[in-house]
Amino acid sequence: MNRPAELSEETGDNGAVLRLSGNLSVSCLGELPSRLDAIEGPVKTLDMSDVDHIDTIGAWTIHRFVARVDARIEGASDDATRLIEEVNKVDEPVAIRPDRTPPFQRVLGEIGDATITAGQTLLGLLGFFGATLVTAWTLIRHPRRIRVNAVVQRFEVVGVSALAIIGLMSFLIGIVIAQQGSVQLRQFGMEVLTINLVGRLTFRELGVLMTAIMVAGRSGSAFAAQLGTMKLTEEIDAMRTIGVSPMEALVMPRVTAAVVMMPLLGFYSSIVAIIGGGFLCAVSLDIPPITFIQRLREVVPITDLWVGLIKAPVFGLIIAISGCFQGLQVKANAEEVGLRTTSAVVQAIFLVIVIDAFFAVFFTWVGWN
Amino acid sequence: MTAEEEANAAEQARVDEAVEKAKFAIRVRGLKNSFGSQVVHENLDLDVRKGEILGVVGGSGTGKSVLMRSIIGLQIPDEGTVEVFGESMVDRNEAEAVAVRKRWGVLFQGGALFSTLTVAENVEVPLREYYPNIGSQLRDEIAAYKIHMTGLPAEAGPKYPSELSGGMRKRAGLARALAIDPDLLFLDEPTAGLDPIGAAAFDEQTRKLQQVLGLTVFLITHDLDTLYSICDRVAVLADKQVIAVGTIDELLATDHPWIQEYFNGPRGRAATDAQQRAKAKGNATVSGKRKLDGDAPGRQ
Repeated sequence: MNRPAELSEETGDNGAVLRLSGNLSVSCLGELPSRLDAIEGPVKTLDMSDVDHIDTIGAWTIHRFVARVDARIEGASDDATRLIEEVNKVDEPVAIRPDRTPPFQRVLGEIGDATITAGQTLLGLLGFFGATLVTAWTLIRHPRRIRVNAVVQRFEVVGVSALAIIGLMSFLIGIVIAQQGSVQLRQFGMEVLTINLVGRLTFRELGVLMTAIMVAGRSGSAFAAQLGTMKLTEEIDAMRTIGVSPMEALVMPRVTAAVVMMPLLGFYSSIVAIIGGGFLCAVSLDIPPITFIQRLREVVPITDLWVGLIKAPVFGLIIAISGCFQGLQVKANAEEVGLRTTSAVVQAIFLVIVIDAFFAVFFTWVGWN
Repeated sequence: MTAEEEANAAEQARVDEAVEKAKFAIRVRGLKNSFGSQVVHENLDLDVRKGEILGVVGGSGTGKSVLMRSIIGLQIPDEGTVEVFGESMVDRNEAEAVAVRKRWGVLFQGGALFSTLTVAENVEVPLREYYPNIGSQLRDEIAAYKIHMTGLPAEAGPKYPSELSGGMRKRAGLARALAIDPDLLFLDEPTAGLDPIGAAAFDEQTRKLQQVLGLTVFLITHDLDTLYSICDRVAVLADKQVIAVGTIDELLATDHPWIQEYFNGPRGRAATDAQQRAKAKGNATVSGKRKLDGDAPGRQ
């Protein structure tokens, strides 16, 4: 039954005869297709009387060979004849892959596409920002439509659940800054300035910035994935038909949570980072905590705290808006959810850093150095 | 009884068992499946004969898909044995499993096409995986005729699954399931979500392919028309077991309330009527099609 497919050639009375034997199913074909391809000469007859079993792939191999060399089939079993007829009926070319454009054109096309997409995304984000403001204004006028439960639930997910990971991250960042700073400042014998470095850097920049990156990764991505999945399963369309506005029910609670939680998380992060810095100062620089705190009060102006706290809600807004916007852009398939989640995070972090640069220039200009 | 007779009897029993085994493509004995405390199957037995189309029906949540998943090894049963072509599917190593997997094709409910590959590339995946020595040109040709065989138009080949309609996706899934000429085909609700005309065409295609290729088909369905028109036997899943197997007439003779309600409900009766009409007119479908074709230009 499972003899491998074999092929022998001989010259008969009227032209060459090919004799096939064995099992012509896909598992036993072996090298037969390529050997048949190699046969050039005129073949009159193809003798299949010694074939035990055949499947459509075997039948196709025979069919293409017979069609190429114009041979006659002899001694085929009923099964074989039927299968060869069947594959003959469906012999029609099919393109396997979509047509490829030449590389140069393709690169140009991709650059164009990317530019258009970037422009459209920016416009879309602006539009979405506007829509969020309009919804916020509607809700302020009709406060009874605010979904308190949803908002509080988001507070927990965005804020409270993030405390542990943000705390750990900030503590380590505080240690790293203090350690690296002290190594450099030791060269001037000014190790005590490490306190200035840790205090000012965390309150002004790092506390809020690192928190924003963490929130973008934790919550921004979750927003995009949640809304994207809801879009795919038509939950959002269902909401609309029932008269629930997705902007009010889904987007506003998330935006509110991010805007309210970011300053709190940012402040918490700065404090923990300073504790980390203080810990390192106490352990490796022999600065006792009490001195550390006194020195901190002298060198960190209160404006540094304001700088951090003003930036935080803006970052929160950016993260929530790009997360929700990308989530609602999902259509077609599940792969898009992944792509959109990625772009939500990348976009949020990028915009946060760009806006942070503008803030730095602005606060210098105001004189909050 | 002499020692010789005893040996003969034992030999005879072994032969009988082997013959019995050879008749069945799938044998399930004492299957038990559970998820947590919820038991889906208990002490379930099922035989699928070689060369038949076995329809599997049952209410929602009776574990039709779970049964299919335990047969093809995607779900490890708690107890019981599953044999496919006489080989046990429980506790087997990867190499042995591959040898059996080469002999079956599976069409999942949603088609389960790989979304990053075109339809034709999807069909090529099993060929590429199991028979890497097939040349790329021959592989392309095989994919092409498989696509035609399942009734897809040539334009569907280079398209991505997301660009296809539900019916075309099912056909593409069928083409992939048939890619390596399996002996056994699993279809999970192949006509769900198709319009009646598309579903009837799909049934006809399945029947034709089954006859041409000599397939054994394990077909899960809710579609009564499918049961009536193409299934040789029907297995009914209820109360965690297969409560009855047989032709529809045999099933109608049982007095299980679920079976009676299933086949004698309004939909069941409609399917019976349709089947009888089709039998009475013989080639009614052919003339009907011609009529439709004739109508089309007039409407434009």
